[in-house]
Amino acid sequence: MAENKKTNIILFSGEYDKAMAAYIIANGAAAYDHDVTIFHTFWGLNALRKDEKLQPKKSFMEKMFGKMMPRGADNMPLSKMQFLGMGPKMIKGVMKKHNAMPLPDLIDMAKEQDITLLACTMTMDLLGLKKEELLDDIEYGGVAAYIAEGEDGAINLFI
Amino acid sequence: MDINKTLDAKGLACPMPIVKTKKAIGDIESGQILEVVATDAGAKSDLTAWCKSSGHELVDMNEDDGVFTFYIKKG
Repeated sequence: MAENKKTNIILFSGEYDKAMAAYIIANGAAAYDHDVTIFHTFWGLNALRKDEKLQPKKSFMEKMFGKMMPRGADNMPLSKMQFLGMGPKMIKGVMKKHNAMPLPDLIDMAKEQDITLLACTMTMDLLGLKKEELLDDIEYGGVAAYIAEGEDGAINLFI
Repeated sequence: MDINKTLDAKGLACPMPIVKTKKAIGDIESGQILEVVATDAGAKSDLTAWCKSSGHELVDMNEDDGVFTFYIKKG
C-alpha cells in the first residue's frame, strides 16, 4: 500500500471554537487515512493543559501566565461572543442540542485515531508551561518537527 | 443487495459519521457492503467524497425525510 498522505495543523489560537475547527479537521483527515499531526504553539498549548490545579516550580512571571491562561480545552474562551463567560456556556448548550462533539471529546477521539499531538517546547518555555501540566502521551518538538512533517503534507493549516 | 454490516450514525454531527464509517469499514471484507444511516445534512457530500478518495464504491444512496442511507462496497 502506498504511503499515507499527511495532514498537519498548527494550532496557534487559544479559543474553543478555533481549536474545535482544528480538531474536527484532524479527526476527519484521520478518517481519510492521513497521518495527522497537530502542532500546538503559543495559546494553542492551552488545549493540552490538564484541568487540575498543579503547582510545578515556577518563576513569578510564569505563575502569572499560568493563572491568566485557561486550564484545559473545556475552559477556553470563544473568539467571538465571549460575553464574560456566558458565550461558552451558551455554545456548549447549542452543541449538545445538535449532537456536536465537545472539544475534550474531540481530543480523546484524536488520540484514539492515533493523531500525533505535539507541543512546541519553545513557546512552552515562554508561557511557563511545564510538561506535567500538559496531557500525558503527547510529543514535544520545535519548528524542525513541523517542517519535517509539513514539507510533504497534503494539507497544511495554520489556525 | 446483501448487507454485511449496518452503521447507525443518526443524530451524529460532523465529523462523527465519517469517523464511524471509517471504523466500521475496517470490520468487513473487501467486496462486502456496509450500510450507513445518517441524518447529518453534510453526510451526503462527505461520504461521497470519502468513498472516492479511499477507494470504496458508493453503490447506492437514498434520502427519506432527512434520513440518508448509503450502501458502500469496500474496495
